[in-house]
Order: sequence, then structure tokens, then C-alpha cells
Amino acid sequence: MLNRLKQFTLAAAVALALGATALGGAGAQAAPEDGGTLVVGTTQVPRHFNGAIQSGQATALASTQIFASPLRYDANWNPQPYLAKSWEVAADGLSVTLHLVEGATFHDGQPITSEDVKFSIMTIKKNHPFTTMLAPVTDVETPDPQTAVIKLAHPHPALLLAMSPALMPILPEHVYGQGDIQSNPANLKPVGSGPFVFEEYKQGEYYKLKKNPNFFIKGRPYLDEVIVQIIGDPTSMVLSMRRGDIDLVPYVSAVRDVQMLQKTEGLTVSDKGSDGFGALNWLAFNTKKPPFDNPDVRRAIGYAIDKKFILDRLLGGIAQRAYGPIVPSSPLATDQVEHYDLDLAKAKELLDKAGLKPGADGVRLTMTADYIPGFTDQGRNIVEYLRTQLRQVGIVVEVRNSPDFPTWAQRISNYDFDVTEDNVYNWGDPVIGVNRTYLSSNIRKGVIWSNTQQYSNPDVDRILEQAGQEMDPAKRAALYAEFQKIVVDDAPILYLNVSPFNTVYKSNLKNPPLTIWGAASPFDEVYWDKK
Amino acid sequence: MKRLLPLFSRLASTLGLLLAVVVLNFLLIQMAPGDPVSVIVGEMGGASEELIARMRAEYGLDQPLHVQLGVYVWKILHGDFGFSYYFKEPVLSLILQRLPATILLVVTALAVAVLVGTLLGIFSARRPRGPLNYLVTLVSLAGYSAPVFWTGLMLVILFSSILPLFPVSGMADVRGAETFLGGVADVAHHLVLPAVTLASIYIAIYSRLSRATMLDVLGADYIRTARAKGLSERRVVYGHALRNALIPVVTMVGLQFGQLFAGAVLVETVFNWPGLGRLAFESILRRDYPTLLGILFFSAILVVVANILTDIAYGLVDPRIRTRKPAAARKPKATGAPR
Repeated sequence: MLNRLKQFTLAAAVALALGATALGGAGAQAAPEDGGTLVVGTTQVPRHFNGAIQSGQATALASTQIFASPLRYDANWNPQPYLAKSWEVAADGLSVTLHLVEGATFHDGQPITSEDVKFSIMTIKKNHPFTTMLAPVTDVETPDPQTAVIKLAHPHPALLLAMSPALMPILPEHVYGQGDIQSNPANLKPVGSGPFVFEEYKQGEYYKLKKNPNFFIKGRPYLDEVIVQIIGDPTSMVLSMRRGDIDLVPYVSAVRDVQMLQKTEGLTVSDKGSDGFGALNWLAFNTKKPPFDNPDVRRAIGYAIDKKFILDRLLGGIAQRAYGPIVPSSPLATDQVEHYDLDLAKAKELLDKAGLKPGADGVRLTMTADYIPGFTDQGRNIVEYLRTQLRQVGIVVEVRNSPDFPTWAQRISNYDFDVTEDNVYNWGDPVIGVNRTYLSSNIRKGVIWSNTQQYSNPDVDRILEQAGQEMDPAKRAALYAEFQKIVVDDAPILYLNVSPFNTVYKSNLKNPPLTIWGAASPFDEVYWDKK
Repeated sequence: MKRLLPLFSRLASTLGLLLAVVVLNFLLIQMAPGDPVSVIVGEMGGASEELIARMRAEYGLDQPLHVQLGVYVWKILHGDFGFSYYFKEPVLSLILQRLPATILLVVTALAVAVLVGTLLGIFSARRPRGPLNYLVTLVSLAGYSAPVFWTGLMLVILFSSILPLFPVSGMADVRGAETFLGGVADVAHHLVLPAVTLASIYIAIYSRLSRATMLDVLGADYIRTARAKGLSERRVVYGHALRNALIPVVTMVGLQFGQLFAGAVLVETVFNWPGLGRLAFESILRRDYPTLLGILFFSAILVVVANILTDIAYGLVDPRIRTRKPAAARKPKATGAPR
């Protein structure tokens, strides 16, 4: 069903793209216009601007404008040339050769060489929080300044995606090569080779980026200036957007904000621009704590939850259902898994089977439910809903509030919970963002977004390791299909929805960032329609 | 020398107080769950145990608590406020960047509150049963009881969204102003809503306070004397009564300086005002101990300075109150009536 839906979506996307091209041709002579300032609004404060050693949207938004990377991606997961004009993967899958564009320079005028590529890859491997992302890389050879050969311990299908701007910024070795990279002052005054040059940062207020006149793609970028304004309060941000003070806000997910902005004249709201992140919202169990160590109890709760109510009522119909650990927009996702459709009788039966008979007061079990503080639609509301819903099968839910993020993170990462709402990103490829939740080798106390469910299944460990080295896309998809089936059956996690990230922009902004990485990719093609 | 003695003792007690503030703040912050490394790791999307251990060691978080406290006090005594875990900048430079915005906001709000508050108090005192009196009471009580962030949001919805008169948030237009004067006007434009929001609570307090003392003073003998002399009502109220009615207001301003900072935390957060209050709020969320301790220490100093300024202001409002002059040196007045 979903596969057919996907085909349809793809066809629609192609039709739309063709239509857009045709329109562009008609509008004509409407070649992109130079000039103008783009004001981007965000609620997130970047710690610094160096995406090689820091993940997350706050840093990626800036880092991808300032630093170029070997490849970039379109809206349909297709790699495109960027700093690398072409690339080859060896037949055995054990090396990838990059051919860099000629004449490209960093913002300080120094040429970009394969030595810089080698330095960057090794820096990311050593310092980036996604340890699995470049783990198989053993070395980078630099036969000449324009060629870099990445050597691998075993085939690594996620490597091409890891070369995206959000994940592999190419740093100038002459700026970042000395001393400890974490404390390098250039992290706050970055020097890169991307379409925009860092100008100034007013701590916690805004940062300004100016057009790079020597960008290696001729004629780009079109914009003169990009200003990113940091607004801590989401309500203020929506009001500013409605007033027209801000031109673009990426990753808007609150239901009411989305609905309000959809109604605002002159604004376009698109649900594109976040497929790469693939943020999933789910309920995760502490699978080592009785009675949640019994899969039947977890499954019973799965059957007792009305997912349709959550999607339609709590999330206002703007979010998509998620059935498994891989985001549905990924080419590796399958919906051929148990859906846990609402079935209260089955839920009760499973609870009976698990030995949880109702007491005199009808209560079988009392449990706590946590959520990430600040998540209202996808967090607090859902957990509050569980309280009334699960009462129907004899489960009493106590909602536990955490005053702030560190409190929640400490509870969950130290296994002090029964079930928690959680929001976790796929980051494009399972190797980067999915494995960490399920590998038993990643049960690491005190580390949030490791395998905090303490889920352990040798079959899953084996399949994930195999799939992480399988270069044939069809075989790889089959392995992940098997993985998804097992994990959904074991139910350490109940999947609810894809986080509804929306990109909101003024309608006269052309080529807005709607690729798989959205605003975490260069704005070199963005321009203002001045008519 | 003898005259300087009270000054020295005051200085000594102030320093002791500040030290106590540092120690207490340090211990209080430690009681919050989670630490800065857990926040940073959370925002990075996870990290290896080695990296976490490395960061904890780098920040000295692996040391026992008393060692951390000792190191911190030692640094403070040497004027070193430490390095922000989160922003990777010296705390002192972070604070100095944010301080002007907070001072601008707090001082403007205070000025608005005192001016509007006392005027309202005087108006309603002059006709204690008039309709204006009841209106002022109602409005000021509403301002006092409403939570600051709620008042702020309501003002934003009314004056930024429905009537697009003022900007929603921030201190200046990020696109930048053409001229210096244009920049000043831009900041003033952004200042209106936050300052009014912060002032709203204090307007109530000052209007109630000045109304009460004004009623008191207007009944005093010397006012009757002034009226008997045939002075105009305006001279009586503003020339004679106001000065005495202001003394409790001045006391209150001094006492409330600390609370104003607390109010600024909320107002700055709602209006995205780039001051110390918002920095404090962000530092709490991120468990950025050095930054938060630095801000608390700075606010303590500001409160102490405010108290000293209040004492000086007493002297200006009422020359009989001079802290440095021993009481005996004061010439007793012939009559008990104030002036």
C-alpha cells in the first residue's frame, strides 16, 4: 500500500518538478535575479559554526552555508556534484575516489586541495558525535591536489550520504590544523569555501553571512546576505513571521503554528525539506524493567493506543504515521510490519497472558510516562492521552514532568523510567542514525540517544552489521526489511509519527531549500522574485 | 579617619556577603539534576563514553565538589570568572556584552514605573473617592497580579499582531539601520513593549505606595500651614507634599532592584531581549555553571550598588538623612513638624 503511495508521490513530485521547470521557462526570461537579504528565523542557538565536530540543525544551518562538502543531495535522495565534480566507488567497495573541482578556494584565498579533504575526513572521524558515520574509513590517499581516495576497512554504503554538506564540511587545514579542534577559535569565526562568508555573530542574537564573490560555482550565490535571527520563543517567531519581519523559518513542527502560518497570506508552508533528518516520534520502553521486559506487555500497550486519534486530533492531521524504525520517506523503509491497529480486546488478552490480571479496582499495572520537556503536541499531549486511554485496559499512567532537558536526559539515560516519549532522527542512513538505538553494543549508561531501551537481540545486531556493509541496494533493503519486522514485533519501541517539520517561507522566495536536508544545505540557488 | 570607619565596616560586610552569595549559588546550582556535559552531548545527538569523560575532565567536573568550589572561589578572588562551557567564551566578556541591554531595559522600566506610578498615586490621592481613583486601583491591581510573561504576550498580540505598531521581539532590526540616529530610534522602538511590560508590576506598587503616603502627608500640619499661606494647590502638592511622599518610594526602588532583575529574566525571555536575564535563563537550561554563577555574582554586585545609591538618594530627597554624618551632629529642629 505504502509502496504504491510512494510511487504515486514520486510521480507527483516528478510532475511537479516538470511543471515548475515549465513555469520557470515561461516566466522566462526570468533568470534568477541577484541581490537581496534573506532573514532566517530559528529558535536554536548554535554552540559554534563548525559542523565537522558538532551535529544538530543549529550548527548545520550555518555550517552548510560557510563550508562546502564533496557532494550535495536533491529532494529525491540523488547525489549531485559539489566540491567533487565526479566520484567513483571501487568495484570491491573498499575505496571511493573523489575528483575535486579546479580553482576552488577558501574564503581567505587559499586553494582547496585533497590534503584539506583528508584532514577534514580524519577530523570528523575522530571528533564527530556520529561515531559510526566514518568508522570504516582507514585512510585518505592524496595522489595529487585534485584527487582524494578514501580507503575503507569494509564496504560502507552510507559513505556517499555522509559526504553531504550537513555532515562533511571541508575545513582548511591551515586554519584548523593546529591544536585541539574543539577549542579552536575559528569554530566561532569560521573560514570555509561555501557560498557565504562568515561576517559577524552577536552571541545568542543573530549572525550575518555575506555573499562569497569567489564561490567555485560561477554566478552564485544570488543573495547578497543571509542573516539568521535567533528567537528563543516560538510564539514570537510565528508572530514575527506573520508580520513579515522574517523571510524563512525551517523545521516548524507545532500544529497550531503550522495551521496559523498556512492561513497567512504571502507565505508558503511546505512539508518538504527534512527527509534527511527523518525525525521519528515514538514511545520507548525500559525493556529491562519488569513487566516491560515482557514483549507481550509492550505489544498490549501498542494495541491499546489509538494512533488515528493521535494523528488526527492531537497532531491536527499534519503528521504522517510511522510504522517502524526507518522514516517512511527513506528508500530503505518498509510498511510490511505489524501495525498495532487499535484492538482493546487483544490488548487485554495479551495482558492476561503476561499474568497481569485486573485487581478489585480494575487496575492491572501502574506505570510512569515521561516526555521531552518542551514537546507539547508530540510529547505532553500524547502522554496525557495515554493516561485516559490506557485506563481502558486497566493500566494507570502517571505522567512525569521534567523541568528541563537535562533532567529528562539524566532520567532516561540512567534507565530511571518505564516508558518515555522520544524524538530521534534517522540522519539519512540507518548506519548514521538508526543503529544507535538498537545495537546491544550501544547500551551505554548515562548517554542519551544511545540504546536507552537496553534492547538486545543478537539477530538484530547481526543483520545491522551485515546491512551496514552491503553495497547492493536491493539486498540492503531486504536486510533492513527483515530488521524492521523483528524490531516492530519485539516492540521495544512503539512508533507513532514522523515529526511534521515544515519549511515556511515568503512566497516570492524562489528555490527555497526543500532538498532532503532542507535549510541544512547551501542557499546558493535561493533568490528573490522582485516583481 | 573616624569618618571613614563606617565605610570600611560596610565594605567588609559587603565583601563577606558577596562571598556567601558565591558559595551559596555554587551549591544551589549543583543540586539541579544533569550537568553541562549531558546537555552538550544531548545537543550533539549523543557521544562516546570517552568523549564524555574527556569533556568532564576538561571542565573539572570529575573533581569532588569541595575541590570544584575551592577552585571557583580562588578564581573569583583573582577576578577570573571562568570560561563558558557552552558559548566557549570568557564569562566576563559574555556578561559585559549583555549587561548594557539589561541596564537599558531595567532603568527605562524603573523610570516609567516611578514616574507613572507616583503620578497616578498623586492623582488618586487628591480625589480619594473619585472615579479616577477606582480606575487607577483597578488597573494597577491588574498589572500587579498578572504574570509578567502573560502581560508581555498580551501586549505583543495587541500591539504587534493586531495593531502592527511595535516589533515582536529583539533589540534592533537585524537588517541594520542606515544612520546612527536611525539605530537609536530603532532600539527605542523595540524597547517600548518590554519596558512597559516590566514596568507594569511596579506601576501598581508605586501608585499604591505614593497614594497612601500622599494621603498621609496631605493631612499634616505643615500642609495646612502652606494652604493657609494662600499657596496654590499645585504648589502645595508638588512643592511641599511630594518630596516627603517620595521617601518611601525611593526606599522601595532600592529594595526592589533585585526583583527588577528577576522580572527582567522573564521579560527578556518573552521579548528575546539580548540581556543578562535571557543569558541567565539559557545558562540554567544548559547547566552552564560558570556563566550562571558569573551572572548571579554580577547581579549581587548590582544590588549592593543599588542599595548604596538608594542611601545617597535619601540624602537628596531629605537632607536630614545622611548616612555618613553621625546622628548627633544633626541639628535638632525647633519643632517636630517636618520642615
